[in-house]
Amino acid sequence: MKLYCLSGHPTLPCNVLKFKSTTIMLDCGLDMTSTLNFLPLPLVQSPRLSNLPGWSLKDGNAFLDKTELIDLSTVDVILISNYHCMMALPYITEHTGFTGTVYATEPTVQIGRLLMEELVNFIERVPKAQSASLWKNKDIQRLLPSPLKDAVEVSTWRRCYTMQEVNSALSKIQLVGYSQKIELFGAVQVTPLSSGYALGSSNWIIQSHYEKVSYVSGSSLLTTHPQPMDQASLKNSDVLVLTGLTQIPTANPDGMVGEFCSNLALTVRNGGNVLVPCYPSGVIYDLLECLYQYIDSAGLSNIPFYFISPVANSSLEFSQIFAEWLCHNKQTKVYLPEPPFPHAELIQTNKLRHYPSIHGDFSNDFRQPCVVFTGHPSLRFGDVVHFMELWGKSSLNTVIFTEPDFSYLEALAPYQPLAMKCIYCPIDTRLNFIQVSKLLKEVQPLHVVCPEQYTQPPPAQSHRMDLMIDCQPPAMSYRRAEVLALPFKRLFEKIEIMPELADSLVPMEIKPGISLATVSAVLHTKDNKHVLQPPPRPAPPTSGKKRKRASEDIPDCKVLKPLLSGSIPVEQFVQTLEKHGFSDVKVEDTAKGHIVLLQEAETLIQIEEDSTHIICDNDEMLRVRLRDLVLKFLQKF
Amino acid sequence: MAAEGSSLQLLQENPCLVELLCHVLKPQGLSARVLSFSLRLAGVFAAQESCFQYLQQAELLPGLFGEAGPLGQAAWSAPTVRSGWIQGLRSLAQHPSALPFLADCGTLDTIFSLQGDSSLFVASAAGQLLVHILGLSLQGPAEGPPSPQACDWPVCAQKIVGHIEGSLRSMATPQVTQALNVLTTTFGHCHGPWMQVLWERLSPLVACLLQEDPLPAAHSLVDLLLSVARSPVLSSSDCGLWETLAQTLRRLSPAQAGPLALGILKLQDCPQALRAQAFGVLLQPLACVLTAADQAPGPPGLPEGTTGDSVTVDTLLSSKSACAGLLCQTLAHLELLQPLPQRPSPWPQAPLLGAAVTILRFCNGSAAPASDVGGRLCAILAGCVRVQRAALDFLGALAQETGPQELVTQVSAVLLEYLRSPDSSPTVLKKAFQATLRWLLSSPRAPGCCDLDPDTQLFLRELLPVLRKRLCSPCWEVRDSGLEFLTQVTRHWGGQAGFRHALLASEVPELAEQLLRDPESYVRASAVTAVGQLSSQGLHATAASPEQLGGQKESLLAELLHVLSTDSEGFPRRAAMQVFTEWLRDRHADVAEDTERFVARVLQAASRDLDWEVRAQGLELALVFLAQTLGQPSARCPYAVAAPQATPPGPLAQALRALSRVRLFEFAFRALFDCDRPVAQKSCDLLLFLRAQATPSGGLQEAEGSPDVVPVEAALQRWRAGEQGEPLGDLEPEAVLAVLRSLDLEGLRGALAESSDHVEKSPQSLLQDMLATVGVRGENQADCY
Repeated sequence: MKLYCLSGHPTLPCNVLKFKSTTIMLDCGLDMTSTLNFLPLPLVQSPRLSNLPGWSLKDGNAFLDKTELIDLSTVDVILISNYHCMMALPYITEHTGFTGTVYATEPTVQIGRLLMEELVNFIERVPKAQSASLWKNKDIQRLLPSPLKDAVEVSTWRRCYTMQEVNSALSKIQLVGYSQKIELFGAVQVTPLSSGYALGSSNWIIQSHYEKVSYVSGSSLLTTHPQPMDQASLKNSDVLVLTGLTQIPTANPDGMVGEFCSNLALTVRNGGNVLVPCYPSGVIYDLLECLYQYIDSAGLSNIPFYFISPVANSSLEFSQIFAEWLCHNKQTKVYLPEPPFPHAELIQTNKLRHYPSIHGDFSNDFRQPCVVFTGHPSLRFGDVVHFMELWGKSSLNTVIFTEPDFSYLEALAPYQPLAMKCIYCPIDTRLNFIQVSKLLKEVQPLHVVCPEQYTQPPPAQSHRMDLMIDCQPPAMSYRRAEVLALPFKRLFEKIEIMPELADSLVPMEIKPGISLATVSAVLHTKDNKHVLQPPPRPAPPTSGKKRKRASEDIPDCKVLKPLLSGSIPVEQFVQTLEKHGFSDVKVEDTAKGHIVLLQEAETLIQIEEDSTHIICDNDEMLRVRLRDLVLKFLQKF
Repeated sequence: MAAEGSSLQLLQENPCLVELLCHVLKPQGLSARVLSFSLRLAGVFAAQESCFQYLQQAELLPGLFGEAGPLGQAAWSAPTVRSGWIQGLRSLAQHPSALPFLADCGTLDTIFSLQGDSSLFVASAAGQLLVHILGLSLQGPAEGPPSPQACDWPVCAQKIVGHIEGSLRSMATPQVTQALNVLTTTFGHCHGPWMQVLWERLSPLVACLLQEDPLPAAHSLVDLLLSVARSPVLSSSDCGLWETLAQTLRRLSPAQAGPLALGILKLQDCPQALRAQAFGVLLQPLACVLTAADQAPGPPGLPEGTTGDSVTVDTLLSSKSACAGLLCQTLAHLELLQPLPQRPSPWPQAPLLGAAVTILRFCNGSAAPASDVGGRLCAILAGCVRVQRAALDFLGALAQETGPQELVTQVSAVLLEYLRSPDSSPTVLKKAFQATLRWLLSSPRAPGCCDLDPDTQLFLRELLPVLRKRLCSPCWEVRDSGLEFLTQVTRHWGGQAGFRHALLASEVPELAEQLLRDPESYVRASAVTAVGQLSSQGLHATAASPEQLGGQKESLLAELLHVLSTDSEGFPRRAAMQVFTEWLRDRHADVAEDTERFVARVLQAASRDLDWEVRAQGLELALVFLAQTLGQPSARCPYAVAAPQATPPGPLAQALRALSRVRLFEFAFRALFDCDRPVAQKSCDLLLFLRAQATPSGGLQEAEGSPDVVPVEAALQRWRAGEQGEPLGDLEPEAVLAVLRSLDLEGLRGALAESSDHVEKSPQSLLQDMLATVGVRGENQADCY
């Protein structure tokens, strides 16, 4: 069993598991931090950005971080754990010869589609007159200014996919529900479990009859909107692959939400605007719910909230229809019936308005001060670029970063100098290290496998020994482009016995509770299932010579020697030998058993745990006599 | 009745009582409650020696309290019966003649066994009864100290001490605990010279306990040793006690030794070496923390010998709960010790400050420990709310004294870190605000200048934006503690120019006013107090814009009146009343403009309030107004001998008219019959003061004719009967004074001063209870306690 590690980003994992003749890809996250090397793509011509000295606008693409570690066409299935971890799907399913199936839950697929749609829309609506790619050549890259010249593996950076590729990739997905058991080629069974992190997010169990591998990726124990995490089903795993822990282990989400609200209120009170760069789904639902409770107490009822994204409408509506994937509280609301999320009421009362982009209706309704939620969190493309340009010059305004995926300082770099206030409140509800150690104590896997980043404290806080995985035995770590042999051997395989064959068996009890029977059968293997069938019957004696010859082709059936069991008590054996006239018997102890020496006859009897040898000099009579004496001590069947 | 007269006479005059007790003796299905009551009653009678003899002659007592008594009956299984039995014996054991009875009837053995009773009340009472009997038997007739030989002691004492010795030797934790608890109470309550003999006899056994591993009943042992050490008989004479204490300190685990060390340090006279040892034990955990953080061989400034020993380090690192428990205990002990006059001197202020700061840094992960122990401590303490709270409390207590400038800077920095951190839990933030307040108020003033020193000003400039953000928190506890902090700091520093500038430049006053409309009532209450305080100091939000001065100022008063008359919760209304009282007392500008109108409006609102605290506070405000109108109340100094000065009649008449205009009389009279006792009491005080001020000898009444008091008295009658009644309308001051003279205010005050359960505790009530129990048994199932 091997694990191929294709991603170095612990929260955007991409691993391939080879397990019992199947090749399973676990997630395919897309690391977009390389976009930070590019200038923002403005929606409106920006004189400031286009007049930067010595620079022309380059293509703002999204990039894939993969190596040639494994031939992607050999991947049988891809298991997706949440919508953030499927953003690289088109790169894998298209143009690589991939012919397998992708498994994901329905919300994952729907919201994943929204995220991809938004990404493609953001990139495509700002078409570039020219595109350049020569700079990716190493010789030219060296000449570029820092930090571009230091960027690694530029050659693997790819252009953003198209909507067509997205649609084609998504068509390969098969929808699954929590706890549904899916057979893969009869060899293994995979099951998604609720992971509590996002709508439809799942952990996966991959098991055969005798082995169980759990894949935990992006889980949360906090009570937010999704269904709570299913921990019990993870018990008794041989291997637990642990990825997607919180990226900000020192920030407690509750505290951060408080910080978010306080800063928002302070800014708006002073007549400033608040910009929240965010993804169109996920934490935004919780933030809106929090604000729903908070705005009245903070006297902010008159402040408009704008949510701008090409998929804003779909995202808000989708969230309301996935009732079965929501936490219990929200599920019960559906039966009242009430919308599970309070943002429905915010929309109804016109406090929250959503627009596909800043163009069109938005410009008519826009009034300040206001709060704007819009993408993309990298600040490199999307409507957020416009608001950064618009509001960056006033110290009354605030940008509040809530998504933890990008370094906010790097994201802000192209907008400097900036008068606007910047607040960093990363809200990451995924497991922190305290919760991980509780989880591991609870489910007790034999081995834990995790990215190497989790086995040491973060580099910036090397003294925080609490910010790492602490378990026994120590977790096995992997890094990008490593192949890990998972530390357990497969010992058993399940084989079925046909009923008529089972009928013919006569078990014999050799020890209390243990019975044995010999089986002669034909092993039939198909689709990774093994069946013992009765051997073909020897032809009836009346048939012709030809038939008889054919039956001779199965020689094992006839010359069956009895099987022996038991052990030989040396002392009694020696006494028996003496009774039968062998004098001068000498016994030597060896590492594995005993040697009985018959000096006169120049004969050796070597008795070991699983074999007995009689070594005598060309005296067949003696050998047979001795053999019969030995056999007296053993059981035959 | 037994307490007041002779029980014997009572029994002889009422043979039915003896009959009752005889009746109880018969084995029949008596209810447990009647049995229990009879046992207690018999005990009360037998407390007098003559009556004891009388009952003995009737052979009642062995039947009630001896082995033949209720012990064998099924009723014994009811805890009430066992409790009644013990209480009866406790009352009975008052005179030496009772001792032989106790010793002979097997009573003591029963008491011994009841020490382990399943009912905690019974078990505890059994222990106390043993202490009482031991005290009674040893202090008895013997002159001078009893001899150390046990055979010379009274039988009871021999038995009890023998039992205690047996328990101590048994080494079984429950028995040892019982024995130690009895001894602890004995040494805490009895002071005879025999105590020393007792201790000399038992101390070897106690010393033996210390050899055991694990140590049984360590907590009880600590209690005993401290009780012995506090006993004046023993602490003055050294009988190996100090050596035992020192040995125990060495023997106990760090968590067990803490309370003992604190107890030793609180002792008045105790050898210096032992004090040093105890202080060392108390400081151990902090020394470990300092060592872990510094990697230095020994923390500077701690008394010599206080280095983190391996046992303490092991305890700290063994588990999160052990670590948090030990640190919290240590910090709490040192906090208790800090203000005491007998605290160790020199007091290691600097290392303690350093330790508190270091612990707080470990807890929020900002410490960078160099050592391995430090790294593990950091991992254990990270995010530990309990330790954070304890350390912040301790840090606040240390503000009584200052420290080296470098450390004070660190304290400010760590407090700011906690106040700023979004991860600080609401309770931690509250403690951080409290500690910050204490440090701010203790900060030195710049020499020769009454304003804040530059460091404090700098700190304030950083603090106020944090406070501003906290006032916007979505968590109401945080908003609440932010407002409390604002109130306190304004109360103390409202007059400091530096503070005023910084505060007015921040948005804090505006935010505080906005919180008057907070959805959470506690926050609204704190906002009312804060805004009231700000306004008293002229720091109210709108004071900054002079053009709106008049109109806006009126609006705050109006807003608070609005809170008082409409808020649905009691807390904001109480807070508003307090603010108004303060304003009136300080002659706040808004109030001074038209004081009468102000008082009238407030009293009108308060009189209708359903919350008694609001009404009581209304009376407080009325008293302030009264004092301002008539002169200082003599009640300010209840022991003053001087008679109240007579107020000249002319101004007095005017003053009384003013009181009548604001309807103070009606308010006070109505409150006199308030269903809540504190309100009625306050009103009584107020009217007494009014009467004293207004009707000095030869006052008003001679000048005027007889006023018409009929409507007033009729209204009072109605109110007394609990009716709401109609408003009285304008009252003539003369009529009021006449009514005041006619009321028995002193009598009323006396009645109100009785505790609220005086009716229930009276003998009459007991009799009623008895009648109710006996007479209508079966019918009346309600349990009257």
